[in-house]
Amino acid sequence: MKICYYPGCTLKNQAKRLDDCARLSAEALGVTMEEIPEWQCCGGVYPMAKDEIATKLSSVRALDYAKHHGGTLLTLCSACHNVIKRVNNDMATEKSIRDKVNNYMRLDERYEGETKVIHYLEMLKDIVGFDNIKKAVKNPVNKKIGAYYGCLLLRPSNVMAFDNPENPTILEDFISAIGGTPVKYPFRNECCGAYVSLTNKSLTEQKSKKILESAAAVGAELVLTACPLCYYNLKKNGGDNVVYFTELLAKALGVTE
Amino acid sequence: MQRIGVFICHCGTNIAATVNVEKVTEALRKEPCVVFADNYQYMCSENGQQLIKNKIKEYNLTGIVVCACSPRMHEGTFRKTAEAAGLNPYMVEIANIREQCSWIHKDIDEATEKAVILGRTAIAKLTLNTPLTAGETGVTKRALVIGGGIAGIQCALDIADAGYEVDIVEKRPTIGGRMSQLDKTFPTLDCSACILTPKMVDCAQSEKIKLFTYSEVEEVKGFVGNFKVKIKKKARYVDETKCTGCGVCMANCPSKKGLNAFNMNLNTRPAIYIPFAQAIPNVAVIDPEQCIKLKTGKCGLCQMKCGVGAIDYTQKDEYVDREYGAIVVATGFKPIDLTNFNEYGYADNKDVITSLELERLMNAAGPTKGVLLRPSDNEHPKVITFIQCVGSRDVSGCGKPYCSKICCMYTAKHAMLIREKYPDTEVHVFYIDVRTPGKNYDEFYRRAVEQYGVDYIKGMVGKVYNENGKLMVQGSNLLDNTQVVIPSDLVVLATAIEPDPSVRDIASKLTISIDTNNFLTEAHAKLKPVECATAGVFLAGVCQGPKDVPETVSQASAAASKVIGLLAKDKLKGNPCVAHSDEMMCTGCSQCARVCPYGAITYEDKTFGRGANATVRRVAVVNPAVCQGCGACTVTCPSGAMDLHGFSSSQILKEIDFICKK
Amino acid sequence: MENFDIEYIKEISRTDVRKCMKCGKCSGRCPAFNDMDIKPHQFVTLLGQGKFDVLLKSKAIFSCLSCMACVERCPRGVAPANVIEAVRDTVERMQNGNAIKAEDIPPIVDDLIPQQLLVSAYRKYRK
Repeated sequence: MKICYYPGCTLKNQAKRLDDCARLSAEALGVTMEEIPEWQCCGGVYPMAKDEIATKLSSVRALDYAKHHGGTLLTLCSACHNVIKRVNNDMATEKSIRDKVNNYMRLDERYEGETKVIHYLEMLKDIVGFDNIKKAVKNPVNKKIGAYYGCLLLRPSNVMAFDNPENPTILEDFISAIGGTPVKYPFRNECCGAYVSLTNKSLTEQKSKKILESAAAVGAELVLTACPLCYYNLKKNGGDNVVYFTELLAKALGVTE
Repeated sequence: MQRIGVFICHCGTNIAATVNVEKVTEALRKEPCVVFADNYQYMCSENGQQLIKNKIKEYNLTGIVVCACSPRMHEGTFRKTAEAAGLNPYMVEIANIREQCSWIHKDIDEATEKAVILGRTAIAKLTLNTPLTAGETGVTKRALVIGGGIAGIQCALDIADAGYEVDIVEKRPTIGGRMSQLDKTFPTLDCSACILTPKMVDCAQSEKIKLFTYSEVEEVKGFVGNFKVKIKKKARYVDETKCTGCGVCMANCPSKKGLNAFNMNLNTRPAIYIPFAQAIPNVAVIDPEQCIKLKTGKCGLCQMKCGVGAIDYTQKDEYVDREYGAIVVATGFKPIDLTNFNEYGYADNKDVITSLELERLMNAAGPTKGVLLRPSDNEHPKVITFIQCVGSRDVSGCGKPYCSKICCMYTAKHAMLIREKYPDTEVHVFYIDVRTPGKNYDEFYRRAVEQYGVDYIKGMVGKVYNENGKLMVQGSNLLDNTQVVIPSDLVVLATAIEPDPSVRDIASKLTISIDTNNFLTEAHAKLKPVECATAGVFLAGVCQGPKDVPETVSQASAAASKVIGLLAKDKLKGNPCVAHSDEMMCTGCSQCARVCPYGAITYEDKTFGRGANATVRRVAVVNPAVCQGCGACTVTCPSGAMDLHGFSSSQILKEIDFICKK
Repeated sequence: MENFDIEYIKEISRTDVRKCMKCGKCSGRCPAFNDMDIKPHQFVTLLGQGKFDVLLKSKAIFSCLSCMACVERCPRGVAPANVIEAVRDTVERMQNGNAIKAEDIPPIVDDLIPQQLLVSAYRKYRK
C-alpha cells in the first residue's frame, strides 16, 4: 500500500538515517512511503498564539495535498508530527484559524481538517501490526532498551491522541516486536531541553542527563527516540547509546547492516 | 361556561420586581371566562390562600389560575386550597411566571408581556379542564433497601424499629459495605468495626429484617405502594442454612491465589472464603472463577472437610419474587480508577497506594495485621507523602469535576494516626485547599498540624518517580514559590470517589434520573433531598452525592422516616392525570405498550357491533394504578386514540394557540 | 499596528485563566521551574490580574520548553504554556524584543546540530 509521506527538513540532512531506515523497513513490510512533492518546512514548533496564521500554512499545504491523495499523511519526525497534527486540529476545530487560512490559500475546495495524520509508529501498530513485524524480524535485537518518548509525540494528549501521556506503551510494544526487552523508566516522557539548547545549554544539559541517568538506572543498553532534536540533545550530553527507532527496525528486519 | 378566577403572586420581589403585576392583572381580567383577577404579595401564605378561598366562594368560581412559581413548588398547595373551598383540585392551573419568566428576564416590559401570555395560556387550558378524581390503592407494608452498607443498614434498622418488614439486597456476600473496610472514623477516631459490627448483628437478629446477600435486583415492576421485585440470589455453592462459618473449608482450599477484594487486593484469599471475620451472614462463598472443582471437576476438598455438609457445587442462581411498598437505594461508592493519573506512578510503584488501601494496611484485620508496612518490601515507611484531590475537582476529562468531600478529613486522620503510632515517621500532605466544614472537623485537622506536626504543603504534585528505591514526589510549594522534591517511602493518593457502577442499572430499573457523574438525582436539592421523582423511591448515602459516615447515617434515617410515613398509610391516592384509550379509534397496533416505561398498557379483544355485524378487535387498556401520566403513549399513538387526563391533546393545542396568538 | 496590551495577550493565548483554581500542579510538574523568574502558575495569575508590565519583564519566557507538561496535567483545562507563549510573542512583536540575532548563530552551530533546532529556536525567539 502507498501512503503520502512528509519527511521534514532534518530528515533530509542531519537525521537522514532516521528517514532512510524508515523507508527501507516500510518497503519490507509492504508499505510504500510516497514523499509528497514540494513540501515545506513545518517550522519545527507549533505556534500556539491564536493569530499565528502564516506559520501554519506549510502544514496545511501538505495536509491538503494528502487529502486529495489517499486522505492520510504519514510523518516520522516527532516535531513535524506534533506541528502538523496540531495545525490539523486547528483546521478542524478553530473557526477563526480555519477561515483565515482558507481565505488566504484560496484552494479549490476549503480545507477543514479532513486528512488523517499518522505517525510512523502508528502505521507500524495499526496498519502493519506489531505481530506481523515480529514475524518479519530476521535479527532480533536482544538488548535491554529504554524507549524515550519526550514531549512531542504525547502532548497535548487531547490533540495528539497518541498514547496514555503518563504511561505510554507503543514504543515498548515496538521494542518487544523487534525482539528487544523494553525497560520502563520514569523520565521517558520528560522534556530533553528542546530548542532551549541553543540559548541555555546548562538547562538542556541538566534535563538530558537526568533522562539518561533514569534510563541507565533500569539497565537500558540503548535509548530509542523518534526525534532528531532529542537525539541531538541526548547525544551532546553523554547519550552515546541513543539511536533512532527506525535504525533498530531496519537492522531487525535485515534491510540494513 | 366556566367562571375563572386569576390570582397573581408577587413572590415578594421575585416576580414583582421584573413583572408589572398590576398590568398583568388588568390584562388577564379581560380574558374570556375570567370573572375575577387580583394580585397579592405572597399567594402561598396563609392570607394568600385565604384570599383564594374567599373569592372561590364569593364569585362561585369553577376554576382558578394561579400565576406564581413553578408547579413543582406549589401546585399541590393551591390544589389543597381549592379543595378546601369546595372546588375539584384538578380545576387549578399554574402559570409559571417566576422560573420561566421573572427570573430569566431583565426587561420589565418584556417580562410583563410574557407573564400575560403565560397567564392567558393557562386560562385557555383551564376552560377545557374537567374535574378529576384520584383512585386509591393499597400499600404493601414492607420496604426494600438496595445496598447493605452503613446507609442501607441504618435505614433498614430504623424501618424495622417502627415495626415494618424490610429486606436488604446486597450484591456482595456480606453486608457492611465500605465502612467495614475503614480502620478508624473521623472526627472521633472510633474504630469503624466497633461501631458498625453491632449494627450489622442487629440486622441479622431483627425479626423484621430479611437479608439477601450475594443477591441483586433483577427486575422491578409496579408503582408506589405496590412494587413487585424479582431478586436474583447468586449461587454461593454453600448452603446458608447449614454453614456455621467455622472456616475449615478456607484452611483446606488449595486454590489460594484469589485477590482479596475486601483488602483492596493487597493480599490473597482462598477460592472459598468469608470476606472478613465479622461478616454477616458469617457464611462462606465460593468464587466460581477460582474454584478448581467448579472449573475442572477435580478437587472437592472443602466438601470433604466440611463438618456440616454445607458445600453444594450444584447450586444454581435462584430467583425470589417479593412485594414492597417503598424502595430505598443505597448503593454506595468506589474509588475511581487511576489509569488517567499515572503522573503519580500508581501503576508502576507498589508503594504508591490509595487511601482506601492505606485503611487496610492500618487495620488489625488487614494484610499486615495493622502494622504499617509498605507493600513492596514490608518495611516500615519513614517518610510518607499524601497527595490530596487526586481525580477530584478535575474538569480536564481525566477525573471528576466535583469535590469528593471526605478526603481532607480522612487524610488528616491518616496523617494523625501515623504520627501517633509511629512518631519517628515524617508525614507530608500536599493540598489545594483544606475543606473541613462540620462539627469539630476543622479542629480535627488543626490537631494534625499543631499537635502531631504533620507538614501541610500548599501546592500540588506534578510527578512521582522512583529513583534508587525512593519515591521522589515532585510538587510545588506555592507559599514559598519553590518546586520541592520529597524522597518518600510511601505515597498515599486521596483518590476521588464515584457512585458504585451498579447504580446505572438500578437507576434504569427504577426510572430514577441520574446526573452526568452517575449520582442519583433527588426530587428537590433542598426540600426533597431523600425523595426521588419516582414516587415511593428514596435515596441514602453516596449514591446521591459524596458524603461521610455521619451525613450518610443522617440521610439514611431521613429516608427511613419517609418510608415509614408511606408504609403507615393504608391507602394511597393515585394520580388521576393518567392515559386512557378511545377503543373506537384504537387499532391495536401495540406501539403504546412498547414505549410505556411502566408496563401500564395491556390489550384485550373486544366485540364491537351486534349480531351479524359484530367484529372482534384488539384494543389497548391502561391500568390507571400503574400509569404515571408521562404521556409517551399519547405522542406515539398513530391513530390518536390515546389521550391523557388533565393534559389532553386538545388542551395542549389550545395552549399553543394562546401562546402564539398576537 | 496591533495594540499591545493585556487584552491582546488574553486573546492570543486561547486559554481562560479564570478557570484556574490555583492548585499549582503546573509548577509542580514544570521541568524548567528552577530557571524561571516567574513560575508557570504565576503567569496565569498575573494575566488574570492584568499585570502587563510584570509579565513583559519576565525572563522565564525564554526558559519555557513548550513541553506541554503543564497543559497536560492541569485539572482545570487551563494552558499555562499558551500564556507564556502569548507573552513571548508579544514581547517579540513589540520593538527590539527578539531574543536571538542572526549573527549569534554561526559561532554556536556544531557539526551535529539538526536543522530542526535552528528553525525551532528562530520561531520561538524572533518575530
